[in-house]
Amino acid sequence: MKKSLFILALAAATSVSALAGNITVKGSDTLVILAQKWAEVYMSQHTDVKIQVSGGGSGIGFAALQNQTTDLCDASRKIKAAELQKCIVAFNARPTEYKVALDGLSVYVNPENSLKELTLDQVGGIFTGKIKNWKEVGGPDAPITVYSRENSSGTYEFFKEHVLKGKDFAASAQTMPGTAAIVQAVMKDKNGIGYGGAAYGGSSKLLAIKKTDASPAISPTEETVMNGTYPIWRHLFVYVDPAKDKGEIAAYLSWIRSDDGQKYVKDIGYYPLPKNLRSN
Amino acid sequence: MGIHRGHKARPAEWLAEKFIFLVSLSAILMVLLIFLFVAREALPVLFGETNTALVQKPIPPDEVDKHSAAELEAYLEITPDQLARMSKETLRSLMDVKVEAQNDIPEEFRNDPDARINTTEWQYLLKAHQWSGYDKPEHIWQPVGQVKKFNIIPLFVGTLKVTLIGLFFAVPLAVGAAIYVSQLARPRTREILKPVIEMLSGIPSVVVGFFALLVMATVLQSIFHYQTRLNAFVAGIALGFAVIPVIFSIAEDALTSVPRAYTQGALALGASRWQTAWQIVLPAALPGVFAAAVLGFGRAIGETMIVLMVCSASVMSWSIFDSARSITTTIAAEMAEAVSGGPHYRILFLLGALLFAATFLSNMAGDFVIHRFKQKLEGKK
Repeated sequence: MKKSLFILALAAATSVSALAGNITVKGSDTLVILAQKWAEVYMSQHTDVKIQVSGGGSGIGFAALQNQTTDLCDASRKIKAAELQKCIVAFNARPTEYKVALDGLSVYVNPENSLKELTLDQVGGIFTGKIKNWKEVGGPDAPITVYSRENSSGTYEFFKEHVLKGKDFAASAQTMPGTAAIVQAVMKDKNGIGYGGAAYGGSSKLLAIKKTDASPAISPTEETVMNGTYPIWRHLFVYVDPAKDKGEIAAYLSWIRSDDGQKYVKDIGYYPLPKNLRSN
Repeated sequence: MGIHRGHKARPAEWLAEKFIFLVSLSAILMVLLIFLFVAREALPVLFGETNTALVQKPIPPDEVDKHSAAELEAYLEITPDQLARMSKETLRSLMDVKVEAQNDIPEEFRNDPDARINTTEWQYLLKAHQWSGYDKPEHIWQPVGQVKKFNIIPLFVGTLKVTLIGLFFAVPLAVGAAIYVSQLARPRTREILKPVIEMLSGIPSVVVGFFALLVMATVLQSIFHYQTRLNAFVAGIALGFAVIPVIFSIAEDALTSVPRAYTQGALALGASRWQTAWQIVLPAALPGVFAAAVLGFGRAIGETMIVLMVCSASVMSWSIFDSARSITTTIAAEMAEAVSGGPHYRILFLLGALLFAATFLSNMAGDFVIHRFKQKLEGKK
């Protein structure tokens, strides 16, 4: 509640200051640290530009984009049809989508768990509640405790769509307020399993994932995520109103996607865009 | 009206009086406005104006002229004003998006009967339904995904479960402490104990939640050996800590305001201090103690952070060692991402309105009981 009030206040404050030389960025909590890093570096190089970054979630970002209270919208998922419609109504055009980084999602278990790898289907089965005991997937005889994110998270939606194939999460899945909380819970619960960005894994064990029964098990590393062999990865996006995509904002966006901007991506725990994706 | 009794009020006093009156009036107005705002956002759900059916028959963009303005407005979910201002190209790209959205639906959902259901109808909000992929009819809250499931019953069960556990833990402790502090403790002990217990209410609930998440959950699990580490029981106990100071300070007031003549009479007739406290003072103050519990209920049902941090799986179960998801948690966690004006957003406001009504009624009941109790003690009835 406090957080959303704060965001409202911020929205009110930023709507006034959306002038040239001032760039406002709002959206995904997944991207907010990276966006702040970019803003910091860019502002130190261009002292006449002021960039204000705030989080709240991809949905908050899209809402702000529709209300034109932000210039750029960070998103950890693609824009939804309903949001696209609202944007078209608001500024008579589709927002332009830029891919800005790659993120590999890992599956965490407790370090005491003897299991090393799972197939994508098994991961889906565990998170939908079809598989309830570790011994069904070759682990110890113990019930599985499933940890998931809040459904407001872009990560949750991505996982539901691509790993669970659109099926519902088990009702008994504990929803945690953030990836760090999931890791925390998995570290305290030796029967726990969770998912989230590879960078957040800490000292929990990251499982290797097999795309099918026959394919090799791949661990999430920079190399496997960037060449696409690790099966659970996604793009991170920035959306902008095409009418605003010029001058300072366009310069900033192209800097983000240049070699110079992309070298900060790894510091935050995501992966830089492969070269062939940087211009679109 | 003390001001009028002596000499005539000075202008400054008069002004101050009116100002304070206005301020208090604005508080009432504020509550009313908030409720109106919440209710207004929830109205489309009540009137069945929202539609979440995934598969809808799209209107081909070329046939835009064959449809009336009203049809287009309903189809594109825009106001007449927006339609009038819209250029041909904008309208066209809006129609395209609608068609694309239909084409983006994964194959397996295309033939799913659930994808044709408007899940915001009352029967899906309240009654169990056998969704495809489930073995039996179930109450499901899964508001994000292809087929959005908005059954609010698990949230009510979760809220009640956590609140009641919290009260079962807090009421005996708080009332016991109130009896001790007001009746049995020496004045010196009382002077230390009372502020210390009331200081509990100064601990931010997010800190209590964090403590429960990291420490209490582990300790309680090692005592009771249940399977789910974070569950309604842990949340309830943590909630109890937030509620104890509320119940304690009102109950203590009620016990202290029992006329001294009652106590003195009992002691003079040879009752012990325990007998006096337990058999004379407590029964006399019972309505006040009850009101304290009711106000504690209002505080517990509205508490967000503790429950949000400790447990939030929307599982439909009355077992106290299963997880639970409260209404407040749901609103706090999901409002940020809900498409504003969409069905999910409206249902969250509906939940807010219901919660508002529940706390309002419980607070009013508490106030009413306190009032009756005061009148009774003062011998007016």
